[in-house]
Amino acid sequence: MSDTTGLPAPTLDIEAWTCPAPVRDRPRVVMGHGGGGVLSAELVQQIFAPAFGGEVLAQLGDAAVVSLGGARLAFSTDSYVVRPLFFPGGSIGDLAVNGTVNDLAMSGARAAYLSCGFILEEGVELDVVTRVSEAMGAAARTACVEVATGDTKVVEAGHGDGIFINTAGIGLVPAGVDLRPQRVVPGDVVIVSGAIGVHGVAIMSVREGLEFGVEIKSDCAALGGLVDAMLAVTPDLHVLRDPTRGGLAASLNEIAEASGTGVVIRERDVPVPPAVANACAILGLDPMYIANEGKLVAFVPREHADAVLEAMRAHPRGADSVIIGEAVEAHPGMVVARTGLGGTRVVDLPIGEQLPRIC
Amino acid sequence: MKYIDEFQDPELARRLLDDIHATVTRPWALMEVCGGQTHSIIRHGIDQLLPDKVELIHGPGCPVCVTPLEVIDKALEIASRPEVIFCSFGDMLRVPGTGRDLFQVRGEGGDVRVVYSPLDALRIAQQNPDREVVFFGIGFETTAPPNAMTVHQARKLGIPNFSMLVSHVRVPPAIEAIMSSPSCRVQGFLAAGHVCSVMGMGEYPELAERFRVPIVVTGFEPLDILEGVRRTVRQLERGEHTVDNAYARAVRPEGNPAARAMLEDVFEVTDRAWRGIGVIPRSGWRLASKYRDYDAEHRFSVEGIRTQEPAECRSGEVLQGLLKPHECEAFGTLCTPRTPLGATMVSSEGACAAYYLYRRLDVPTTTDREASPVV
Amino acid sequence: MCLAVPGRVLDIEERDGTRMATVDFGGVVKEVCLEYLPDLQVGEYAIVHVGFALQRLDEESARQTLELFAELGMLQEEFGDAWEMAATEAGVDPVEEVRK
Repeated sequence: MSDTTGLPAPTLDIEAWTCPAPVRDRPRVVMGHGGGGVLSAELVQQIFAPAFGGEVLAQLGDAAVVSLGGARLAFSTDSYVVRPLFFPGGSIGDLAVNGTVNDLAMSGARAAYLSCGFILEEGVELDVVTRVSEAMGAAARTACVEVATGDTKVVEAGHGDGIFINTAGIGLVPAGVDLRPQRVVPGDVVIVSGAIGVHGVAIMSVREGLEFGVEIKSDCAALGGLVDAMLAVTPDLHVLRDPTRGGLAASLNEIAEASGTGVVIRERDVPVPPAVANACAILGLDPMYIANEGKLVAFVPREHADAVLEAMRAHPRGADSVIIGEAVEAHPGMVVARTGLGGTRVVDLPIGEQLPRIC
Repeated sequence: MKYIDEFQDPELARRLLDDIHATVTRPWALMEVCGGQTHSIIRHGIDQLLPDKVELIHGPGCPVCVTPLEVIDKALEIASRPEVIFCSFGDMLRVPGTGRDLFQVRGEGGDVRVVYSPLDALRIAQQNPDREVVFFGIGFETTAPPNAMTVHQARKLGIPNFSMLVSHVRVPPAIEAIMSSPSCRVQGFLAAGHVCSVMGMGEYPELAERFRVPIVVTGFEPLDILEGVRRTVRQLERGEHTVDNAYARAVRPEGNPAARAMLEDVFEVTDRAWRGIGVIPRSGWRLASKYRDYDAEHRFSVEGIRTQEPAECRSGEVLQGLLKPHECEAFGTLCTPRTPLGATMVSSEGACAAYYLYRRLDVPTTTDREASPVV
Repeated sequence: MCLAVPGRVLDIEERDGTRMATVDFGGVVKEVCLEYLPDLQVGEYAIVHVGFALQRLDEESARQTLELFAELGMLQEEFGDAWEMAATEAGVDPVEEVRK
């Protein structure tokens, strides 16, 4: 079940398992800094933002929306370090294209051009590089985006994880579209475009130390078309997010925090495929915190919610879309879930990503 | 999943809650011993659905919370060695030792790996004959048989590069220690269901009798927890104090004889320090002397470790139900989930972490279950 | 300490002299050590913790427990606390009755 790159089988000590309980005054980078949670945010706030300055960066959106020569562009970058390189439902190549396409889509932009930087470890088989590139090409054609420029570097054997890819992308933001958490107001409806936890479980199922048999393929997919369909109903959506690292919980928390509203969701309405739920039950994980690569969550003004939902369900990437909750005035900045039993639980921002537990 | 989903049914939960509400006439303080039960209670919001009069004190039932600081520091020391591949359950990676944790060790170049099963660690040893593979063997009686079998296998197959750092703890001596404390407020116990799947129920009647507390063996799904509470409260209201099995589908009075036989072979009882509580006599297991060769403490002489708990940490009192987390001076200021002082804030089942999560949410204290702050 | 889930045994085989099973957890399939349940058969359910089957899950008992829960509210709704009434009439301790 492991990938066929000829590289040693990946173990669980990869970027997904990161430290949620940092020791204070930590002087070195730890895996948690790449986890997309609190530690990552600290790195940006305490090191990168002060060093780079700039108003655009200060907004800390997934993509930057900038004006250039009268056009509004969305501009985004992401790096892909996933192992294994090939997993059920996709590869690092698919992620590298769709991840950046989706970042741009969350700003309302249709990705037009991508750049692609490869860091290759000396000794990687050229056959692997070919397969990854072909996957990228196929994903780009599906997403109607062109890889316009790129770069390749090689590092000594032992200094990389086989292949690292960085992609950056640009696209035009349509007029009247302004997607950011600050636009969220109490009463906004929260819609998720399909079942959660799929990508993370697909990756886990082929990692050494976990390996389990399951019919789950990564949901890695480009969402540009789905977003277009939603914007065709109204340009006045408030915010879109693709819940990758940290899962739906991280995205909802980031939005609640940035908007100053509270968020309430109903657990029984959040779609989780049975295989994902069961894999999580075995490992003691919560699907709310598991990565997705082909899903989005939208905060939509109440008056447009039904029409947007209908448009989403009519699109292949949104067939299982469902309303899961709303933004509220109460408990600003906090995400609260109504449990299946009718109880209440707070869904906190993950500090790192979850670890399998025995307790 | 079959035999999980049915025990989460909201309608049946309502019936159980109705019965509890109808039964309770006075305040009762119950303790659930197992961290997995605490997790389930918080995860499903059960503590808010119970009547106000029923207080659930979260017991010291999580290896994250109770593994002694000294053992954590030994783990950190061993994991730092370049020849070692240090394997552990995920729970333990975030526990603060003196000044650092296993994640920091990995950041400094240590080979620290999360595994699902101790057998995975044994396999890693077989696949890496030139490295020393050490498995962090912590947990209660539920995890002891898997760990025991793994050491037994290592010896049977003659795998020389594998050893285990053992720090097992036993539930009945913990219950005894908690009940013996003069300021103990606990009036009834929800015993740990899966511990009893292994060990059976034989150790509990003596405790129930001596301390006059009902002890109800309880499972982990919402209906199981509610049934455990229901039976405990029912006993308390009637002035009874017996041992009862509310998890019959997974617990037999005799437990699992094959597992218990292996435990007899591989482990021997020892005094064990519980973090935040102190030494509880005969409350732990260590490797029996015939398995000394597979004992990581022997293989890597980890002596002279100076441990130091932060002075402000009062997690011991919290663990015993003597102090509510928000009554601790460090709570929410010096001590938060991001900057934890003690284990009860590190663990998501720890009482302090749970309180921290709910600190800003106005949960109604009414017995009216229809009322909810949200939705 | 106790995260264990019930799974159904699909097949059993000896590996390295150890009794191992392929267990199905609602569509997720995993290898599990069966040494502690030497009498467990294919088709039966076990409680599995960190890759080991620790106890057989008694399906009949599970069914009875769920039935008990279902009856809990019903009788009270219709008859008041019928358990109490019936038990008192029979001269039996109501708590014992509830446990059965």
